Parts: sequence; structure tokens; C-alpha cells
Amino acid sequence: MISAMLGYGFMQRALLAAVLVGALCSTVAFFVVLRRLSFLGVGIAHTALGGISVGLVTGLNPFLCGSVFALLSALAIGDISRRGRYDEDTVIGIFFAAGMAFGIALLSSLKGYYPEIFSLLFGNILSVSTADLLILAAVMVAVLLFISLFFKELLAISFDEEAARAGGLPVAPLYFGLLAAMALTIMVSVKLVGIVLASALLVIPAATGYRLSRNYRAMFVLSLLTGIGGSAGGLVISYLFDLPSGAAIVLFMALLFGASMFYQPRTIRRKKGGEQKNTGDGPLYKNI
Amino acid sequence: MPFLNEKSPAVTSESLSVRQNAHTVLEEITFQVAPGEMIGVIGPNGGGKTTLLRTLLGLIRPFAGRSTLLGCPSARLGPVRAKIGYIPQKRTHDRRFPLSAADVVQTGLYSPETLLRPIRRPQRERCREMLEMVDALPLAERSFGDLSGGEQQRVLLARALVRRPLLLLLDEPAAGLDPKAQYLFMEKLRQLRQRFALTILLVSHDLASLAAYVDRILCINRTMHIHGEPQQVLQSSALKKIYRCSYDLLRMAASREDENR
Repeated sequence: MISAMLGYGFMQRALLAAVLVGALCSTVAFFVVLRRLSFLGVGIAHTALGGISVGLVTGLNPFLCGSVFALLSALAIGDISRRGRYDEDTVIGIFFAAGMAFGIALLSSLKGYYPEIFSLLFGNILSVSTADLLILAAVMVAVLLFISLFFKELLAISFDEEAARAGGLPVAPLYFGLLAAMALTIMVSVKLVGIVLASALLVIPAATGYRLSRNYRAMFVLSLLTGIGGSAGGLVISYLFDLPSGAAIVLFMALLFGASMFYQPRTIRRKKGGEQKNTGDGPLYKNI
Repeated sequence: MPFLNEKSPAVTSESLSVRQNAHTVLEEITFQVAPGEMIGVIGPNGGGKTTLLRTLLGLIRPFAGRSTLLGCPSARLGPVRAKIGYIPQKRTHDRRFPLSAADVVQTGLYSPETLLRPIRRPQRERCREMLEMVDALPLAERSFGDLSGGEQQRVLLARALVRRPLLLLLDEPAAGLDPKAQYLFMEKLRQLRQRFALTILLVSHDLASLAAYVDRILCINRTMHIHGEPQQVLQSSALKKIYRCSYDLLRMAASREDENR
């Protein structure tokens, strides 16, 4: 059955896209969960509707307009909330609604039926073209490069931002870098699951890893496995049961998260007599 | 490098004033800390103690006045940051944050110089040495969130020390610990101070726990009220005014200290 599925060219591209998006999203999700930015992800994805509508109305590439819009609003939300006058939640709530309202207002001026709108909202992975795959690969290289170069600093900042600032780390540039990575990642996953569901991919894989492990190395690997397994598995399910791909992927990932809730991770107990395991042999940040 | 001069003060603050949201939080704070001194900064909650530390560290821009750490102005600490250890005010760390005690200590090594560079084995060894120094080596692989409050603070002390600092800025490091853990922490600090000839600026709202350890006390409640040796400060009438309560307890602490001598 699956070999029949892979007989179609569009299915091959879709599966490749699903694996790439799953890997990319779960890497970014690692920091989204540790820094508690999941609502920001929802906000960025929905704000992008404003940009996409600008594209549809003006005839420019809707995807590109959406990306620019998402990027700018992510940086604006970050900047306003870092100034400390308003809670991040409040700022996101306003951008989220304003971006969508702007999009809806613009779309109402369009005459006729636009099938793109439906696929942008809910995703249409089966229409992934080779050009889409190239864009996806480019974003992936940029985002993974950023995260692997600054992994240890991003982790330290997530743990204790105040100490990191006092230690001289470039906290603000790294934070904005992370927001930009989130915005770009969301935009490439819109193709897969649509605006409404994109932010789920930035939460569920890492939340599953977080549930199952007490150390960031294991959390990272589990997040990656959930992300790739969830999006590829979801795609297969959508093929087998003729479900919309975005919905099938998100539901399958949510199911994986649900299953993880039945597992209680073991905590490392204090050993008697002060003995302890020496695990300091391997490089500390070897996983990427 | 400015910080190599042993005669110049480790910390200076000249008429430092800080305003936040149109409120004056600190006003005209002037003091100096000599190398090797241990100073306690006390005052009621909300009196501006944390703001003072953050201003000295260059994390808050002052409204007026100047300050230096290890000879460098707070606004441009640059390379001397590597010589400053800091324990920020305790917040509720996410209990499930996936770092072990050894991972937490390692974050103390990160600075602009370690950007884009991996942490190598000798540096990881140093992290373990620091854990040993604060009697926390057996906790190295345990999840930081699973440790008790006292253990966590000792691990954070190791994180501050792993930079090989000359100056430690500690914000309420013993707050919220039970008396035994408080005592253990302060004794450890006393030992390490002697061993590494550290200059220490320690903020606390609890004078009693400080008096036996520090050389001088600064008492701050927006402005600086008293400045002197612990005995002098404990007997000052200004203290009562600041805390707006009886300070018998503080006197008790002072007499306990006399007995110890």
C-alpha cells in the first residue's frame, strides 16, 4: 500500500517535504518549548495571513509576502515585549488579531473563488513543487546553521537570561535570531499543514521530548524523532484514510504526545556514599 | 588590563542615581570597595538593592552618576566581565528544565570569547573541580531542578566561580534557605573568599545572617543610610528608621557574633 503511495511523484515530494519540515520544526521547537514561546508561534502564524492577503490582492507571490509579514511581526512583537512595558502575551494577542483582521479585510475585496486561500489556511502538502522543496531546503540550511552555531548560548539564555546578560552574551541579537528562525520555519510549514495548524509543529515534538526526558540531549533527540516520525506518519495516515494532510499530521503528533503522558521519566537518584557516575567523557554539545 | 592593578578599588559608585518609570529607585549612592573586601548590602525589600547590583553590572543605565567594576566603567565592562561572577536573585527555576548540575556550571564559562567555540575537556574538568569545591560533585549528573534550594545555590556559586572571578556579586544567595543550608552556604563562601582572595558584594534583606561574615555593611533604602562595620551599623538608630520595626533580633545577632569572637 505504501509502495503504491510512493509510486506517485507528488507523493514522493510530499514525503520528502514532510520529513524536512518535521526535522526543521522539531529543532526550532526545542527552544520554543524551553523559552515558552508557543503562543508567539501561534501569533506569528496567524499574523502571516495579513501578508498572504497582500500578495493575493496585489498579484505578488503570496508566500513571499506572508514570510516578510511574519518576520516583521515576530521582530516587532519581540521588540515591544522586551521593552518591558507590556506583557508578551498582550502584545501577541493584539498582533495576532490585527494581522488576521487586516487579512480578512483585504480578502473581502477579492472577487470570485480563490482555492489558494483554503490551502494556505489548512495546508496542501500534495501540491508541493520542486521549487517549494528548494525554498524549504534553503530555509532549513539557514535555520539549522544559526541554531547549531549558537546552541550552547541559546540554551544558557533559556535557562537564565539575567546571568547570561551579565556574562556578556549577546542576548538580544540571539533572541531576535531565534524569532526570525521561528517566523521562517512557520512559513515553510504553512505549505504542509496551513496557517491554522503550523504552530502545532513548533510545540508538540519538543513538548513530547520534554515529557520523556530530564536532560536536554535526550529531549533534543526525542523531539527530532517525534517531529520526523509524526509528520511522515501523519502523511501516510492521510493517504490511507483520505484525510487532509495537515489535520492528519497534527492529530498523529498529538497522539504521540498523549502516549508520552503515560510514561513517567525516572529521576537520577542520589547514590549512597557520594559515588557518582562519570559521564563527562563525550563532548557536551555533540548532538548537532 | 585595568583589573590587574591591585591598589585601585574593585568597585566604585559615585553619586549613582537610577530612575525607572519616572520613579527614583536609587539616589546619590556613593561608596568604594577595596580589593579583597566583603561588603554586605542590606535594606528592606524594594529598597533598590537588586537595582544597585544590576546597575553596577551595566544591565541598567543610571540616570546620573558613575560606577566602575575592576576599574572599568559599568557601561563598557568588556573583557572584565570574564572576571566577575554573579548569582542573580533567585527566581523559581523551571523544575523540569533539562540541565544537570554540571551543565548549569558549564553555562558560567560562556562569554563573547567562547562564541562559536566548543567547550573542551579541560574546561569541563574545571566545572567538576568547582562542583567539588562547593561540595556538590556527587550532584553533578542530577537534574538541577531536582536539587534542594541549598544545593541549587551552591551549584550556582560553582557557576559563578568557574569563570575564575576576582569579584563576586551575589543577590540574596541565601534567601529562602533553611538555617542550616544558609549557614553551610555562608561558611563555604567564607572559605572560598580566603582561598581565592575574592572581593564580594553580597545583597541581603537579612542583616542577622550577614553580620558575622562581612567587613562592612551598606544600608540602602533608595538612598544610602548607613555605611560602616557591622557593629557600628547594628547600633545605629538609622537602622530602626529604615526597617520601621524593632531591631532586637538584629541586636541578638550582633551579640551572638560577640560570643563567637
